Amino acid sequence: MDIKWDKILVTGDPLILASQIAIVLTMIGIVVGLTYFKKWGYLWREWLTSVDHKRIGIMYMIMGVLMFFRGGVDGLMMKAQTAVPENTFLDAQHYNEVFTTHGVIMILFMAMPMLIGIMNIVVPLQIGARDVAFPQMNLLSFWLTFAGALLFNISFVVGGSPDAGWTSYFPLAGKEFTPGIGNNYYMVAIQIAGFGTLMTGINFIVTILKLRAPGMTLMKMPMFTWTTLITSLIIVIAFPIFTIALLLGALDRIYGAHFFTVSAGGLDMLWANLFWLWAHPEVYIVILPAFGIYSEIVATFTKKRLYGYTSMVLAIVIISVLSMLVWVHHFYTMGVGPAVNSVFSITTAAIAIPTGVKIFNWLFTMRKGRIEFTQPMMWTLAFIPTFTIGGVTGVMLGMAATDFQYHNTLFLVGHFHYALIPGVVYAVFAAIYYWWPKVFGFKLSERIGKWHFWLFNIGFNLTFFPFYLLGLMGAARRMYTYSAESGFFPLYFISAVGAFIMAAGFVAFAYNIYWSTRYAKRTTANDPWGNTRTLEWATATPVPHYNFAVIPEVRDVDAYWDMKKNGDKYLTLEPKDIKPIHLPNNSGQPFYMGMMAFLAGLFLVFELKVLFYIFAALFFAGMIYRSFDYDEGYYVPVEEIIEKERTWRDDSKWKAN
Amino acid sequence: MKKRKSLLLSALSVFLVTLLSGCELAEVIVFNPKGPQAQKILDLINWSLFWIGLIVAVVYILFVIFVWKYRARPENENYEPPQEKGNKVVETIWTAIPVIIVILLMIPTVTTLYDLEEVPEGYEDEEPLVIHVTSADWKWIFSYPEENIETVNYINIPVDRPILFKLTSAGTMQSFWIPQLAGQKYTMARMEVELTAVAEEEGTYWGRNTSFNGQGFTEQEFEVNAMSQEEFDAWVKDAQQNAPKLTEEMYAKILEPSHMGKETYSNTHLEWVDHGDHHAKTYLNPEMYRLDYGYPGKTFYEEHDRVIKQHSAGSNDGGGHSGH
Repeated sequence: MDIKWDKILVTGDPLILASQIAIVLTMIGIVVGLTYFKKWGYLWREWLTSVDHKRIGIMYMIMGVLMFFRGGVDGLMMKAQTAVPENTFLDAQHYNEVFTTHGVIMILFMAMPMLIGIMNIVVPLQIGARDVAFPQMNLLSFWLTFAGALLFNISFVVGGSPDAGWTSYFPLAGKEFTPGIGNNYYMVAIQIAGFGTLMTGINFIVTILKLRAPGMTLMKMPMFTWTTLITSLIIVIAFPIFTIALLLGALDRIYGAHFFTVSAGGLDMLWANLFWLWAHPEVYIVILPAFGIYSEIVATFTKKRLYGYTSMVLAIVIISVLSMLVWVHHFYTMGVGPAVNSVFSITTAAIAIPTGVKIFNWLFTMRKGRIEFTQPMMWTLAFIPTFTIGGVTGVMLGMAATDFQYHNTLFLVGHFHYALIPGVVYAVFAAIYYWWPKVFGFKLSERIGKWHFWLFNIGFNLTFFPFYLLGLMGAARRMYTYSAESGFFPLYFISAVGAFIMAAGFVAFAYNIYWSTRYAKRTTANDPWGNTRTLEWATATPVPHYNFAVIPEVRDVDAYWDMKKNGDKYLTLEPKDIKPIHLPNNSGQPFYMGMMAFLAGLFLVFELKVLFYIFAALFFAGMIYRSFDYDEGYYVPVEEIIEKERTWRDDSKWKAN
Repeated sequence: MKKRKSLLLSALSVFLVTLLSGCELAEVIVFNPKGPQAQKILDLINWSLFWIGLIVAVVYILFVIFVWKYRARPENENYEPPQEKGNKVVETIWTAIPVIIVILLMIPTVTTLYDLEEVPEGYEDEEPLVIHVTSADWKWIFSYPEENIETVNYINIPVDRPILFKLTSAGTMQSFWIPQLAGQKYTMARMEVELTAVAEEEGTYWGRNTSFNGQGFTEQEFEVNAMSQEEFDAWVKDAQQNAPKLTEEMYAKILEPSHMGKETYSNTHLEWVDHGDHHAKTYLNPEMYRLDYGYPGKTFYEEHDRVIKQHSAGSNDGGGHSGH
């Protein structure tokens, strides 16, 4: 095999060299730390092999936060480069790599893992289940996502980064114009992570349809569960399209096929169509769970039932259908004619209607409520005005005729940052503040949280509002620099200042986690916020691994609120009602399969096909092994359950032993 | 709370003032059209801004009122909010009003879309000037088939005469945009799309590629000089007589990835290739896109491409990235 050993590591750039050194030092630090504190066994038994949905959720979240850091640094580098005209901090090629990885990482390895992490932690609890339907497949989903993210992230130090934009448009992304292996990373790493996401989608559809507590009809599901169900449906419908697009792209790049090439009759617009057939629904995959998160938080901190529950459900269903019917609005400019553009303008604008319904329902949930300005609620409140700007500019872009002037400019970039940061990042922050005490048994500091909130919000608006004006002034997206005469400088500079304020907000968030972990007051109260409404709050804090001592019965959308107000036998449970609980055993097989997928992917990226075939076979061997696995799980003994339930059921019956 | 609100308001006003002082309206070129096509789009933008401003105002007013009025205070600590499920009438209203606004936005969108495909009113009788636009990495090649002139990175056009651009690409996909004259359209290899524009004022307008296509993307700009018919005719005559002839070898060299200044030739490349034709031959140079770092991947050639590669002079020196 012809391996060019001297070319494997990327060399010649001081920034990259610094990263390489930092990566090596961090890895040594982790290995030394784990060995010194003798935590290898703990890490393996309690986390890497855990099929507990809450632990998997936490691992997703850790990955999401790390990726947010990486994607954020990419963003800051771009902002530093464009802060002044004719800057030479990054050259064109480096800038191209940075915005490509920024986009891919933020969407696929930050937003998705964060939301899937929250779904993992919350959904089984909200529906009164003990775990997801396929716990071991859930862990496999995580390890495939992790393998994909790891593979994608090493690209900039090993072999070279992808550099054709997160949209990776062909023919640019083909070997004719990018002959290095950078864009192989795109085709392969995302494919691996995509398999994981697809399995998550299947897992949550089955979980939500089959494992709901008795009495919880579809129209009594909490809003976050509803949005997760719809999101999972979109995943299952949209991801296979991308799977195929990536497969064709990989065949083009690695096996010399001609699906999207210029030569031999390839069709570049076929990629654009397939890509956006996935990528537009993808936007709703990340934004619908966020809508669910806001719905839960708004109800809790206004002490009110969610206004217009039925229309909210209807709205997300309509949004999900329309999300599949608008992909052409990403390339109105391909000259396909006014008839097609008219149809897609109308479907696009139509999405504004159900979205508007949701905004008004949230506003009317607040009306006549009692709004508490806690951190989760602050982020929810900040979401409404900022997302409205993102939404209405989306309508402007959706009008095909005017899009001819906005397309591919910073106006567009402004729009999707105004939609995705309030729509996803704010929601993730809100969700972290909201569910943190349930998972860890202490709240994050409100005081540091305020710093986080204000810095991030002011920074966000300063960074991205100038984009709208820059776009109208003719600044195209993805330009690595601009001339002094262009007149872009003041706005670009404001934007750069904003980006660093936003980064300071992120530092405050990280510090908040550190500070609160060390000093925050611990609680075992099942309902630390006081006015919560859904089932996840109706069990011990932190949540025991079996979730619920017995499965509660549900009578209302706000199941726990209803129990508190009207009384319920679940709340007055006695120790004699407890029976042993059946749970699945941990498994190392998903970790093994994830690592094999990573290695197979790595060799495919480097076009070492024989090694790729070997490790792909080892990956499938894991599946064969799994089909001979007769592990029946284990029972949690009654004593252990009683011990745990005692922490929050302070009834006298539980005190006597 | 009050303090925080006023702080927020003052921060917001400082922010807006800074923004507005940062750019003068004339610099916002989308709002400064010089031809009927761009003007039509601007009219539609203004129409949409009005309705969108209305929506934003309603949401913001409700938001401020509700957040202020129903905020938690020590006095209302024991207030039990009503557990209302919703209201069919209210919900119908806030579904119906957006439907009406969407219809109000969509009707002019559709009519404008059809309008933009036509020669603008008042110019129907004029014979349009045809210009073939071929985008390549990272320059713009313009061919005037009737005048038998080819230019690189600039065009001269007469004012008050419709220009019919026939857009195609020799390689990567690009987007052709002269914001003050017309909206953008893609240029795609082996595909041809048309764009009509008219300049109604003499002057130099700036155009560029907005669709990212690799290392030299940022600098891929061109100039449009709109001039009187007499000046244009004089220029055509001058170019026909004095500009050098383009050969296929020179043309293959132009198509290599590079930046170029403005150039003029007294014939067009349409003599030997029209990239808009679905069976056009290709002039690809994968090896010239190699970076001087990173792991090299395998490139693939069609038999047909290989012939052209050998044919085109000096394009096989390989290695090193070009550009800048």
